[in-house]
Parts: sequence; structure tokens; C-alpha cells
Amino acid sequence: MPKLTINGKAIEVPAGTTVLQACQQAGFEVAHFCFHARLSIAGNCRMCLVEQEKAPKPIASCAMPAADGMVIHTDSEKAKKARHGVMEFLLINHPLDCPICDQGGECDLQDQAMAYGFDRGRYIENKRAVKDKNFGPLVATSMNRCIHCTRCIRFATEIAGVEDLGATGRGEDMEIGTYIERTLSSELSANIVDLCPVGALTAKPYAFVARPWELTKVESVDVLDAVGSNIRVDARGGQVLRVLPRLNEAINEEWISNKTRFALDGLTRRRLDVPYVRKNGKLAEATWHDAFGAIAARLRGVSGPRIAALAGDLADCESMLALKELMAALGSPHLDCRQDGAALDPSCRAGYLFNTTIAGIEEADVCLLIGTHPRWEAPIVNARLRKRWLQGGFKVAGIGAPRDLTYPVEWLGAGPETLADLVAGNHPFAETLKAAKKPMLVLGQGALRRRDGAAVLHLARTLAEGAGMAREDWNGFNVLHTAAARVGGLDLGFVPQASGRDTAGILSACEKGEIEFVYLLGADEIDMKRLGKAFVVYQGHHGDAGAHRADVVLPGAAYTEKDATYVNTEGRVQHGRRAVFPPGEARDDWTILRALSEVLGRKLPYDNLRALRRHLVEVNPVFGRIDETPRSAWGKFGQDGRVEREPFAYPIADFYRTDPISRASPTMAECAAQFGAGARTGTHG
Amino acid sequence: MSAHDNSAPVAQPTSFAFTPENLKKAQAHIAKYPPGRQASAVLPLLDLAQRQHDNWLPRAAMDAVADMLGMPRIRVYEVATFYTMFNLKPVGKHFFQICTTTPCWLRGSDEVVAACKKKLGVGIGETTADGQFTLKEVECLGACVNAPIIQVNDDFYEDLDGVSTEALIDALKRGGKPPVGSVKKRQTSAPAGGPTTLKDLSFAGGKR
Amino acid sequence: MLADKDRIFTNLYGQFDWHLDGAQGARKRGDWDGTKDLVAKGRDWIANEVKASGLRGRGGAGFPTGLKWSFMPKQTDRPSYLIVNADESEPGTCKDRDIIRHDPQKLIEGCLLAGVGMGAHHCYIYIRGEFYNEAQVLQAAIDEAYAAGLVGKNACGSGFDFEIKLHRGAGAYICGEETGLLESLEGKKGQPRLKPPFPAAVGLYGCPSTVNNVETIAVVPTILRRGGSWFAGIGRPKNEGTKVYCISGHVEQPCNVEEAMSIPLKELIEKHAGGVRGGWDNLLAVIPGGSSVPVIPKSICDTVLMDFDALRDVKSGLGTAAVIVMDKSTDIVKAIARLSQFYKHESCGQCTPCREGTGWMWRVMERMVQGKAEPREIDMLLDVSLEVEGHTICALGDAAAWPVQGLIRHFRPELERRMHEYRAHATRAAAE
Repeated sequence: MPKLTINGKAIEVPAGTTVLQACQQAGFEVAHFCFHARLSIAGNCRMCLVEQEKAPKPIASCAMPAADGMVIHTDSEKAKKARHGVMEFLLINHPLDCPICDQGGECDLQDQAMAYGFDRGRYIENKRAVKDKNFGPLVATSMNRCIHCTRCIRFATEIAGVEDLGATGRGEDMEIGTYIERTLSSELSANIVDLCPVGALTAKPYAFVARPWELTKVESVDVLDAVGSNIRVDARGGQVLRVLPRLNEAINEEWISNKTRFALDGLTRRRLDVPYVRKNGKLAEATWHDAFGAIAARLRGVSGPRIAALAGDLADCESMLALKELMAALGSPHLDCRQDGAALDPSCRAGYLFNTTIAGIEEADVCLLIGTHPRWEAPIVNARLRKRWLQGGFKVAGIGAPRDLTYPVEWLGAGPETLADLVAGNHPFAETLKAAKKPMLVLGQGALRRRDGAAVLHLARTLAEGAGMAREDWNGFNVLHTAAARVGGLDLGFVPQASGRDTAGILSACEKGEIEFVYLLGADEIDMKRLGKAFVVYQGHHGDAGAHRADVVLPGAAYTEKDATYVNTEGRVQHGRRAVFPPGEARDDWTILRALSEVLGRKLPYDNLRALRRHLVEVNPVFGRIDETPRSAWGKFGQDGRVEREPFAYPIADFYRTDPISRASPTMAECAAQFGAGARTGTHG
Repeated sequence: MSAHDNSAPVAQPTSFAFTPENLKKAQAHIAKYPPGRQASAVLPLLDLAQRQHDNWLPRAAMDAVADMLGMPRIRVYEVATFYTMFNLKPVGKHFFQICTTTPCWLRGSDEVVAACKKKLGVGIGETTADGQFTLKEVECLGACVNAPIIQVNDDFYEDLDGVSTEALIDALKRGGKPPVGSVKKRQTSAPAGGPTTLKDLSFAGGKR
Repeated sequence: MLADKDRIFTNLYGQFDWHLDGAQGARKRGDWDGTKDLVAKGRDWIANEVKASGLRGRGGAGFPTGLKWSFMPKQTDRPSYLIVNADESEPGTCKDRDIIRHDPQKLIEGCLLAGVGMGAHHCYIYIRGEFYNEAQVLQAAIDEAYAAGLVGKNACGSGFDFEIKLHRGAGAYICGEETGLLESLEGKKGQPRLKPPFPAAVGLYGCPSTVNNVETIAVVPTILRRGGSWFAGIGRPKNEGTKVYCISGHVEQPCNVEEAMSIPLKELIEKHAGGVRGGWDNLLAVIPGGSSVPVIPKSICDTVLMDFDALRDVKSGLGTAAVIVMDKSTDIVKAIARLSQFYKHESCGQCTPCREGTGWMWRVMERMVQGKAEPREIDMLLDVSLEVEGHTICALGDAAAWPVQGLIRHFRPELERRMHEYRAHATRAAAE
């Protein structure tokens, strides 16, 4: 542990600490631009120069390992002079366009120029002009502003694993870009907007929309996949204007996917803002009173077994619990939160969680991907897999159609028979798994949402048990969900009750007329035609497939408009928070169900969110453990059976359009056109 | 400018492949470096590609080299735009690289540049209409005691002045290849009047 | 004056055959004489003999060579590399070119012995791309050495395996910076690395590496054969040995010449280069060590010695010992401005002070050539040069700053005179 002195203060730091980090630990700020804790050290901006006694020149503190006996001054004349100089150099070719720059107010260069800059320029030559680049629909460029810190290049190369960006040319003519005009082909690419310390890279959809000081900022969680990325929602005047990542080392570190960040323009489009009731075959605007009345009228005399409910992918736990209990009160055993029909077994929590946890990936040494394309299903999880691979000593194999996941994958086969071979030890990779210290597998929905899903799940469990993944000290069995609602729904039991039907059963019963009333809580991903002649109530926030089929539409709240609980793929319970109010007549979802229950004469026993959440904990204590990933007991799950030869099909065909919000988003539509299915992705080309 | 301006009228070929002979050379270059370090061969391979392609490097060649070495293409673009010897657009048959850095300038590189411009009727960075000559100003070529210097393709012509520069151009126009080195027939870097050292050859003829 | 018998580079001008064998070939001139025995004396003996010779790096920085070799690990499970820096690009410098094209076996033999001296079995010679014909000669010479069993497996029958490969650059001065060279050799842009770690710990491919200049390596065989004390007996203490000087610019007979270290500058110019054009009194200034070192005016040139310490004492440097002579006809401001342009052109662009500062300095210098500047801008320019110096990743920033600083130090009145002249002219023009 080196001991050094910083500005007269003695400090001991762990070996490997840089001088810059040591300064920070000692409580002294060191200005910097290129340094970023999650990227490799470039040492190129030179802003972090500090004086080291006995060294002939100031040292770049970001790159210098702290050594025993060092005497560092961060504020000596020499250090100040160096900093002033670097700041002046950074500004000579930087345009004075702060008033029209989107970075204004949250710009490192602006802030540090205030702190360390001269009050006037000495540079009277012409400033450099650099052609702007076209990075696609998400990232706007203003390359005159670039200070060549190379954070964006390092992010693309290291974190995103898509080597598109580089610095071509040299000297003062060096330019950041792709050289050949092309859009950035990573699902994480827009994180470079956050990383850019100046206004060279800004958010294109947010261009000239707002100033940071005008925004109210709310900390929340994302629901557009099952990762539960922590986000900050920035709003003004009742409209969400921006979604930014919020640091959570256990989940998303400080990254979010492009969908998480930019689907927000879908929040103001195709919204359901009043109730509708179908009259003469057409949906007509209605009052809440009339809508509830229409439902009550239709339900009159209908027996419980002829009623069913399905919960969609974005549903929150509070409303799912309320709907589950309303169904119970109506006598219906037919409910399911697995609208894709995945053979998830609700009886054993470890059987449907990402038990290793996202951060835990970094401990694993072998990973087997089964029917999953994590780059599209959970880009943040994929980034963690890549991070683990970069650390070395990590082998990844996959069963499914080969995809570019940004790290090498040995593709073993296409479908369940390969998995069966592994279980039987008939595949060389079985030895690799056996030899691993901390092996993990990731079971995707593509492996489960098929007729033989339960058998595949059983095979996966058998493999996990045989390969030492289900140990006291290590759980390497992981299910990767794609829906934010799924784990919560399983945790609170939004599944068929005694003699109840699952999604497939409900749909076929609808076709046969055995079920005549279906309540869709944001369920849009089923084949609506199969609902037959059933009376359909759709509660949700977007005019998507469900609303179009519905007989009564009840306008609910999107995730940015409610305080709500979600459980991510790891089984981590998190609270989302309201940033804006739902539009028009739309209401917080659990309150809609609560009100409806009263109209139906089956009043639910909670009058406020706190009471409902207390009830959630009674139903399943995990809901009381916010932001934790308690160990789940191993058990039996899945069902032994024949598997088919049909290859696994990945659940996501188009990363940018997976749910009612992203499907309503013009930005996501543009992305889909540029990078989606059919468009080229990856490091090719 | 370093970046490709796609509007610039450089007709880029759509594909590039090494000739069988050059492919062998390329593989020999790659073999100089340890396994897994084949990216080290990027400069030799780009040079080889340029030599095969009329002394300029089209994008398709960069891509071919990138693919051959398993490098992301952007890394090859970075390299190709960083090093000055890669010509990213066509150049003339006789590629005049005129050194004008201080040691050459002190010995009259202005005169050499002027002679080239006058004789060829083109400016720096330009190619004659017949595609025979391209003029480029370069930094120190490392033959300063023989200044001023023009490197024509691979060859150094040294100790130039206006008159000898024009003579050089004339000779090239005639299709000849003037002897490489000092145009004053001086012995390499020795003083023009003859060596002041190494005159006692007794030691040089045999072992000391 | 150095006696011919003490000259190492006996074929500096290519009077003889560069080939290994032949009537006047390299072996006939003494190369590869008893090399096997030298190898047999082992790593420590070689390193110590080089230390005793006082040899300091000939690439410009003048770091003691034997000491540098001693930083290489004694035991490592990774390969160690000797990298020879033949990226000769410092304006004024053209000595390595002569060694490569006329005495390549000296370099190759030096590589083997240096390899033994630092425990490296692998060697790459990085030659600047423009030296195409020189590279052809060197490759042929390497092939000859391989064919003769002098290098390769069991080099010279010594039991020491030594692989040597030639790598051509492609036009970038910065690749002469040792870590820029390593990056380039790895197939990247030649952007210098952050230090520490130094190449001896983490060099080529992350392995222990030492980068030495061509001349440094090429003198090693002679030093070992004649003894470190022979070499140390030439020149002044701490500035020992022979040196190939390059004398360019306004001299009667520009040339390369091998002379003793510490020879007076005036003697060097007058004995070998035919003197300053128009006589010594016509001398204005000299850049004594390649473009990177500050210019010195005639008054200093009159007496200064050509070695590391003497030139450091007059706030210049020996650098590569490339003497650029400027007579009184020289537009000294333009001469330095042209160097500023060079550094601007050669800045890799990686770090801020160099990327931005070299262009700034050049633009101000261009105005100063015309006198189109205010006298206070001289101090501003000096200040800018000081903001570049010492604040960059590599020494290119310093190299860009020093010529400007040297100019201001010695020629401030000339800068001011031009400004007054320009203003007077502009005033006159306005009045007319």
C-alpha cells in the first residue's frame, strides 16, 4: 500500500491506484477530460497534470501509478500553470457557441473553463473547421467542438465492442469519426453522448429541446427490457424530455441501451388518454363511469371459469396483484403473465431468475447461452458478458443461430438436441463445463416459448446440476427475461390458479367460446384473432394491438407516469417513480382496478399505494427487499419430456420495436429502418 | 483533409485483391511477426497494395488488408490516414516528393519547387493532365547533406538546383531513368571536393 | 582530429562493397571478426564493456546505452526484443542512412551483440519508409548474414539464437519516438505511449524491449573488439567516443563525417565541410543537433564543443549531431518558422498541448516572418512554447518548443525589427 503526500496531506492507497484517484481519495479534485473510470487510460487531454516533487515535469495524474513517497501538489504554481495552458489549448479551436450548444449548462469544458481558464483569449488565428459526421438518428455531431479526448472511441471499442469509431488523420487535422460514412451499429452507442465532455456529440432527438436547469429530474427504472436499468427521467411541463442512465454498479453501471434512452418520444404518441367503449363495432370515447358500466353489464351473470386475464410485458406489480385479486373475487382461475407462453415454472423462484446476477457474471469462467441473443434481449447484460470476456479467462458458447455478440462465441448447435447432447455428456463442451470453476448458463425465452419449453427447462436444470452450477456457493443457472413485468408477475403468482388455464389455454378456450370475457392488462403481444368472440377489456397506455381488439379501453399510465414496482430478471425488486402525470383521463393502473372492483361490487381491500405494497409483501416477502437479490433456493422445475429438433428462435426480431412504447416512437422507427432486422449490425462491413 | 470526402471525384474501385505473387509476399510479411500479432504487417501490406495499385491506395484495398489481418476496418483507415506515404487518391507515374524542410530550404528548395511548377505547369498537390507527374511537398527526407532533394517514387535525387531539376524532368519525360543519387556525381555524402577522412585505406582493405 | 584508424565506419561514403563477402566486402574490413568469441563472453561482459565505453545513445537523447540495457529483465518467461530505430527523420540528420546503405553488416553484427548484451533473441529494425533503396540493401545484407549463419539459429555457431527482421515505416516522424515506434510496429498509428511503464518492462507486444538508434548499435562491435576503454579515450569525460556528424546548410561542402566527440564546432565545419559559405565571419547561426535543439548564434559557435554537456551549457543540445549552418543571408525567422511547420505537420495529434500548440506556434511564426505581429506577441509566443514544453506525452512537444525559444532567445531584435518595418510599410501604404 503506497503512502504518498498530497497537498501536505498523507494518504495511503491500495497498490494500483493512480495519482488522480489518490488525489480524489484525499479530497482534492483534479480536473480532467479524457479520463473515465470505466475506460482505458488515454492520458491525452493533459488536463490532470499535477506537480510531483523531484520530477522534472508535471505528471499526468490519471496515468501515473501512485508510488510510495510521492509528494504531489495539485495546486502549486507549476500545476496551475500547466492546467491553464492545457485549458487555453483546448479552447483555441473550440467554437464560442455555448449559447446554441446543447451541452450548455452540463458541459465539462464550460465548467472547467470557468474554474481554470483565462478570462480572455490570446489566440487570434482562424479556428479550425471540422466537417460534422453522420452517426445516424441518435447522435448529433458538431465536430468543431471536439477536444479529441477519444472517450467515444474507447467506449465503442471497449464497452460496446463495435469498432466503428476511430481518429483518422493526425496532428491538428485528426478527426474522430467512422471515416467512411456509417451509422454507429451498437445498441449502446448513444452512451457516447453522456461520455462526450463537450458538445461534440449530443442527443439528436433532444436537439434544442431544453436546458438542463429547466428540467425536473426523477430517479426511476427502465421497463423496456427485463434488466431494470436505473434511469433518470428529465421532464418539463408534464412531458418527459430525456432519459439518462443512473449509476448502479449491480445492474447497468452507467450505461443504458439506445431504446431505454430514446423510446421516450413514443410516450406522447398513440396514447390512450380517455376511456373507450365499442359501440356499433367502433370504439367511441366514453367516461370512466360508462366504461366501467359497460364492463359491469357484460360481466353480469358470467361465471368465473368463463373469465380470464392476461398481464403484459410492461405491467407493474401493484396492478398485477390488484388484477389477480379481482379475478379471484370474480371466481376466475384463468390468468397468466406469460403472454409469450414461455414454459417458466412459477413453483421454484431459482428456476426463473438470473441467479448469477448481472454483476456476478464477472465471477464466472464459462458461459453457455441457450436460445438467447443477449445483445438484443438485454444489451446491458451483453455488455457485462463482454466486460467479463475482456478480463480474460472466460469462454462463451451458444446454442442457437450464430450472432455477433461483440465477443467470441463458440456456437455448438442450433436447438434442444445439442443441449441434450451436453446433458448426456456426448459433446466435447461438456468437459469444458465440468472443468469450469464457476460455470453459468443463460436460458433465453427463445428456448422456453415453444411447445417443448418445459422439457428444455428440465434439460437446462439437469445440465446445471450436473455441471456444478447449482451449488451452495454458486448459482450459475440463469433465465434471461425480455419483459419487465415477467418476474414480478411470477413472484406474485399471476399464473393459472387451481384448474386454471395458461395463455395457450385461455386463447384456445376463447376460440372455442368457453371463455367469454378477457381482461388484458397491457397485453399486446398475443395473437388477438385468437380471442374469438370474447368480450375484451384492455387496460393500458398505448393504442397498440390490445386496444384495437378491445371492447372497452381503460387508459392507464406508462412507466414514467406512476410510482410502481418492477422485478428485474435477477429477481431484484425496484421502484419506478412518477416523473409526469398520465395524459388526459388516464389513471395510475392499480387505481383503475381498485375503482373497477368497487363498481363490480368486489371492492379490493387497499385504498392507497402504501397499503397495496404492504399487501404485496404479504403475498411474497421478496417485495419487501428493495434492490436486493436474495438467494433463491434450488428446487425441481421444468418437466422431463421429449424435445423437438426445431432450432431455437430468438424472441426479438427487431431490437428497436419490442413493446407498445417503442413501437410508437418515431425515433425507434428510424433506428429500426437503419439498424433493425434486415439492416446490417455488428462489426461486419 | 484526412477524411474521405465522398463527393470528391476519386473513382474508388469496388474491389481489391492481391495478385498471387503479392499474396505470397504479403504472407511472408505476416510471417515476420509472432502468431496473433499479424496486425504488425499492416504497413507492409498497405504498401504492397499501393504498389500493386498504381501507387495509390483505394478504400477497397484498405478493406482487403483489414480483412486479411483480422483488423477492424476503422483501425486500418486510421493507419492509412496517419502515415503520409499512403496516397489516398491517384498520383502520377512520376511522384515528385519535394523536401522543403529547413535544411533543403537553406540549400535552395524554393528554386527546385519553382522549377517543377514551371516545367510541369502544375502546383503542389496537383497532377499533370497527362497523369505523368504529381507534385507533393514533403517533410525532411533524411538526406540533408545532399540537399535539396526530390524523391521520385522510391528514388532520391540529390544536390538539385533549378537547372538540374528541369533536366531531371526532361529525362523522365523522355522515358529515361537518370542515375539515382547526387545529380552532381558527388560520392554519396562525402564532401563534394572529396573525402577529408578515410584516406588512409590501409586499414580498410584488411582487418585491423 | 580523429585518426582514420580510429574511425568505426570505414565505408561511410560507400567507397567499398557493402556486401558481406567480396574483395572489399564487410568481412574484409573487419566486420564479424571473432564475433563468436564476443558472444561467448556473455551478457554481463558485453553490457559492462559498453558501460565502460561511455557510449550514450546516438538518437538524440544521449541516454547511457549500457545502463539502458541493464533495465532489461534477467529472467522472463516472455520474449525480449531489441528494436533498432532506423526511422531517421530529424531534420538535418542523415547519418543512419549511410550506415544502413554502406555499412549494414556493422549494424547487423551490432544487433546480435546488443541482443546478447540485453538478453534479447528477437530484433526488429524499424526503418523509415522513404528509405526504400536503403531498406533493400539492408534486407539483402540481413539475408547474407542469415545465409552465412551469422544470425538466426545458433548465430555464428555461438549457441545463441537470434532472429532479425526488417520493418518499413510509412511516413511519420513521430515513429522515431521509441514508444511511437513500438505502436507503429504493432500495426497502429504511431502515437507515443504513456510512460511509465517503460519499454524495458512493457514494450513490443507487452514484452520487455529496448529501442536503440542505428549508430548506437552499429558502434558496438568495434567497441567490443577494441575495448570500452579505447572508445572512452576519445572525446571528453561523459561525452566519449566517435560520432557521425551531418553538416548541412550554408557550408561550402555539406557532408557526413565521423569525428571525435567534443570536437569544436568551428573545427568540424572548417575541416570537413569546407567552412561556412563566405567564410566564418559570414556565419549567422547554427542549429547544432538536428531541428529539435535551439539555435545558437555565431558568438557561441566560435568556441562551443560538439558534445552533450557543452551544448547543454549553452542552452542547446547535441541531439543527433546534425549541424545545420546558416550564413548571414539566411532569413532566420523563416528558417525556424519552417521547423514550426514541420512539427505541426508531424504532431501525432494525440495530446492537447502538442496538437493545438504546434499549430498555434507555427501560425504566429508565419506572421512573424512577415513582421505582421505585435512586439508583445513575442512574449506570448514564448509563453505558448512554455505551455507546450514539458506538458506532452512525448518529447515532440519539447522539440517543437525549443527552436522557437532559441530564436526568441537570440534573435528577438530581428523579430522586433520586422514588426517595425511591417508597420512602417503599412502606415506608408495607408498614407498614400
